[in-house]
Amino acid sequence: MQEYTDKIRQIARRLLEEGTVDMVIGFRKGSMPMMNEPCMVRRPQDVDQLVWDSNCGINLANYLTNRKEKIGVVAKGCDSRNIVTHIIENKIDRDQLHIIGVPCGAMIDKRKIASLVEGEITDVTETEEGKVIVKGEGFEKSFDKAEVLQENCAICIHRNPVVHDEMVAEPVEEQTDVDRYADIREIEAMSDAERKAFFDDLYKECIRCYACRNACPLCYCPTCFVDESRPQWVGKGQNENDIRTFHFLRAYHCAGRCTDCGACERACPVGIKVRMLTKKLEKDCKELFDWEAGISLENRPPLDAYRPDDPDEFIK
Amino acid sequence: MGIEPGRLHFSWISSAESTKFAKVATEVTQAVKELGPNRHFVKEKVKVA
Repeated sequence: MQEYTDKIRQIARRLLEEGTVDMVIGFRKGSMPMMNEPCMVRRPQDVDQLVWDSNCGINLANYLTNRKEKIGVVAKGCDSRNIVTHIIENKIDRDQLHIIGVPCGAMIDKRKIASLVEGEITDVTETEEGKVIVKGEGFEKSFDKAEVLQENCAICIHRNPVVHDEMVAEPVEEQTDVDRYADIREIEAMSDAERKAFFDDLYKECIRCYACRNACPLCYCPTCFVDESRPQWVGKGQNENDIRTFHFLRAYHCAGRCTDCGACERACPVGIKVRMLTKKLEKDCKELFDWEAGISLENRPPLDAYRPDDPDEFIK
Repeated sequence: MGIEPGRLHFSWISSAESTKFAKVATEVTQAVKELGPNRHFVKEKVKVA
């Protein structure tokens, strides 16, 4: 990981010194373990803040929306796919960007780790051998990194950036033998009543903080439908119908655009599996339109292009 | 999501297809009537003392 960090700093310093970009967006250490935060570096002397490790799960494409300056952006696989989506949707220009591609070694799940130890975690480090060492008051535990991955990272098939101007390392091997949709098939097999109960249970903890929306690079509407008051599409309280309306509608707004980066789930303060909905839509896009979001700058997304052979069995 | 099958319908009808419109409208009302009043996504009115 240290090589990645060194290389990112080196590239960022060069870009800022040469004036190729006005700012570099990357990660710096957060104030708590496993909570790296986005960092915008504008001066070459500040590049030493930048780091890279397995806690860089936030999607940096979120910080590119409607920016006007030239930006160097650190991008792992999912970030790069969301950058492609941003370019397709005219939220940023490809010429404004210098993409620093990072072959991603998957991110670790802070919630899973917290659930495996007792007491407060004060330090989390990784070894080159793929171990995660968790230290806290009176304990020290070691886990295999593969066991504590974020769920979306464990089934990721695009770890290498799809677009980049330069890479910090050689591409990593992509996973090919993963079953991406096992959990979604389970939900599909449920009866209507079971499915309703499943979703009731899924959202029962939701406090409507909208952290999932704010963390999502796709959610860039100037006024989100939940904040609109004329007309008011959805109630603002804790009514279960309003909660479900928010989650279902937000998911539908991501149809054909979601890259399963997991930023929503990572941001959720109460640990709701927000991806259950977006993943279903992602599966449908793959099966019906053979579409994966953010893979190429050439093709238009399925919901924005008409093809005579589009599936339409549901239309009478 | 737990919405019963048969409550949501999609169709594509040209403004010239009046008979198709009448047919689809009848079918939709028929299907929805059979299901009875909607129970999901219904907000109870807040009781004010």
